[in-house]
Amino acid sequence: MSKTILEVKDLTTKYITRFGEDVYAVDHVSLKIEEGKSLGIAGESGCGKSTLALSLMGYYFAPLHYTSGEIIIDGKNISGLDPDAVRKDILGTEVAYIPQAAMNALNPTRKIYKFIEDVVLAHQPKRNKKEIYEMAKSRFAELGLPVSALDKHAVELSGGMKQRVVIAISTILSPKVLIADEPSSALDVTSQKMVIKMLRDMMDRGFIKAMIFITHELPLLYNVTDDIMVMYAGQIVEQGSAKEMVFDPIHPYSRGLMQSILVPEEGTRDNKLAAIPGTPPNLKNPPKGCRFAARCKYAVPQCHFNAIPMIEAGDGRRFRCGHSIQNLREVYENDK
Amino acid sequence: MTNDALKERPLCLSGKGVTKVFGSGDKATVAVDHVDFEFREGELISIVGESGSGKTTLSKMLLGLISVTEGEVFFQGKPRDISNRKKRLEYWKGIQAIFQDPFSSFNVFSKIDAVLLDCIRMRGGGHLSKEKKIEMMTEACGFVNLKYEELTNKYPFELSGGQMQRLMIARIFLLKPKILLADEPTSMIDACSRATILDMLMNLRDEIGMTIIFITHDIGLAYYISDSVYIMEHGKFVEKGTPDEVILTPQAEYTKRLISDVPKIHEPWDLSTV
Repeated sequence: MSKTILEVKDLTTKYITRFGEDVYAVDHVSLKIEEGKSLGIAGESGCGKSTLALSLMGYYFAPLHYTSGEIIIDGKNISGLDPDAVRKDILGTEVAYIPQAAMNALNPTRKIYKFIEDVVLAHQPKRNKKEIYEMAKSRFAELGLPVSALDKHAVELSGGMKQRVVIAISTILSPKVLIADEPSSALDVTSQKMVIKMLRDMMDRGFIKAMIFITHELPLLYNVTDDIMVMYAGQIVEQGSAKEMVFDPIHPYSRGLMQSILVPEEGTRDNKLAAIPGTPPNLKNPPKGCRFAARCKYAVPQCHFNAIPMIEAGDGRRFRCGHSIQNLREVYENDK
Repeated sequence: MTNDALKERPLCLSGKGVTKVFGSGDKATVAVDHVDFEFREGELISIVGESGSGKTTLSKMLLGLISVTEGEVFFQGKPRDISNRKKRLEYWKGIQAIFQDPFSSFNVFSKIDAVLLDCIRMRGGGHLSKEKKIEMMTEACGFVNLKYEELTNKYPFELSGGQMQRLMIARIFLLKPKILLADEPTSMIDACSRATILDMLMNLRDEIGMTIIFITHDIGLAYYISDSVYIMEHGKFVEKGTPDEVILTPQAEYTKRLISDVPKIHEPWDLSTV
């Protein structure tokens, strides 16, 4: 068995609103990623994907607060550390984060190599600038980015190129875990493919050891990550290998998500897309029982009252539903 | 709908040699280069291309927001005349649009009621009784699965992105234009609400017989939704046909590339081709 790079145990984080209410946006999430593996997180808008990504960095700023649980990166517990310590010792070296609009982070008045200097000097203040430039050059070359981009300003680069440059900058110190939160949603399909290829390259070359990839585009997750985890209302509702999750989802919610897949392949044109009716619950007072029950067409009265535990189904497959697998498979079969 | 049945329908919007050049002299950029098109009534057309291929420039010309450098656009068979404000307003009763960003599509100062009432007034329903107007608004909200009673005292920004985009479609339902131009209407909302929006566009076509021009960079969406697909590269249409023709048997290299760039689930996704 290979080494575990990221382990999260029962992580709970909350937002404190300006009225002083607690909103638990990440609720007892546990996960594990081994070296060289990637995990995809799927879910609707507002189900806690991005909050989970922020929480995993161990860097909390208001209104997001750490409540309980552990985040262990390569044997080092980073949860509950002082924000300054996290910034100095964790971000950039242990874990790096790419938000959706990362490309907008580039200051238009500075050249690209300056950003790389900033990142490196913040962690290794004694480094020589010339050496940093050489390092950046070789990293850019290895990732297939034009070396000339280093001497350009952000405005001279296209959107897709900017996004790739930002990814290269944030991983220049080879962090162990990369968290990519919708890194390609703002791009067109061709630039998206380039971003994905670069992320894959970085995994293959060992610049990053594990990756968490967040998106609502399921065909993309299927092609990029080894495992897929589905989140709903701050909880994990199902996890399994990418193939199992796309072709054989167990949880009614994952099944609903998989029915929104659109691909340009023969025979898919007649598939009727099915949207899940309703909206996710307000997490100020989450439902007592299953959080999906109000929108689930297979819900029975007990679903609304009993909290549902996570059920392990073997081989890393787990799901959170009041029905058994056999039951669910039967009702799905009858539905056809 | 079969291809032949479509060909017998009257033309709704067509163009001959439509061209847009930005700048002049050495610095001239040809954004749209002599394109011809024939959009028929009740047809759902997708225009697919990557960023910078001229899709949005073409859509702005169709809407009459920017001038046409060369060539002519025909609306319902007659040359389109938008030379003065009055004629433009008349034209816009026939063509309406939904844009990419629902958050910037609404006036932040008007409540949802006001937005919808405006549409009724534009259709000449200003004199109707209050009950009749409310009935119409309820029907429009029902069409997009929103509840009018819950919205009536809200501002658009209190809704989620998907709900706002649906409200845009409710506006279109009230306005009932001949043509709806949808410029990347689903690129800012998640995959789940996307299915809803696409289905509503198809309902507009089926129930009202609206002509819909759907602009996108994702050929997967075009395959699902459209009756005919136009592929645009560097301001030119390189391929057009039914979705099955274009996507299952692509001829142009560019179309093949666009298809290969979209992640798939039944076939492997080849990353080496970028």
